[in-house]
Amino acid sequence: MIPTEYYIFLASGLFTIGVIGVLTRRNILIILMSIELILNAVNINLMALSNYFKSVDGQVFAIFVITDAAAEAAVGLGLIIALFRNKETVNADEIDLLKW
Amino acid sequence: MLELVTFTVLAVVTLGSAILVITRRNAVHSAIWLTVTLFSVAGIFLLQHAEFLFAVQIILYVGGIMVLFLFVIMLVDIDAALKQARFARQWQVALLTAVVLLALVGYALYNHGQGLGLPARPMVSAPAQNTQAVGMALYQNYMLPVEIASVLLLVAMVGAVIMAKRKLQ
Repeated sequence: MIPTEYYIFLASGLFTIGVIGVLTRRNILIILMSIELILNAVNINLMALSNYFKSVDGQVFAIFVITDAAAEAAVGLGLIIALFRNKETVNADEIDLLKW
Repeated sequence: MLELVTFTVLAVVTLGSAILVITRRNAVHSAIWLTVTLFSVAGIFLLQHAEFLFAVQIILYVGGIMVLFLFVIMLVDIDAALKQARFARQWQVALLTAVVLLALVGYALYNHGQGLGLPARPMVSAPAQNTQAVGMALYQNYMLPVEIASVLLLVAMVGAVIMAKRKLQ
């Protein structure tokens, strides 16, 4: 039996790597991938506590998180295609139309 | 003992491939390493007796979302992105923020050596059949959230099609 703390430390490590990716990378595609890492960290947490309390509620919430991840990936990638068609770039530093 | 070894291997693979995801220059390499991360996270789900989520993770994430990612990477211009700087201009500030975040979370979890302070484990036994238990929970207690999630997926699908369409009428 592995202590629940181990899973939660693993999840916080994965979450931090995802946050570093979102904040430091310039390629929007990799920023979206880092968001997937963050959502996976949340899922590990939900699964660890669901296993600890011997209840399936955490697993049900993880299914909703995966649903959200699918919706987010579909809309985000659609946005990237539209953006690439108009601005010919996937670089987050060059997307500054809303900046004055 | 075997469980701990499995967990350690999976955790190392998860964190290592996650670091590779955010450091590779080529987006295709990042996507491949993300697949490795998702597989090892699926292994961690299996370790926590979540067999249904293990299957969902592999079918939906690795089979669905990653294919979508790879398609879009192929559609946009990779060569231009390869020549540009990898990290944004403010990466030092970003790294500092993230390290402070990790330190804060670690300190809160460490809790003066007290651990998480979780309430005692309930004495009930875990449901024998994971898939059946998840299905029952989804369609009995979580009926309304399931419907809301289906509407969310519909909206996302329509939104993605509208967004990627060449020209609005």
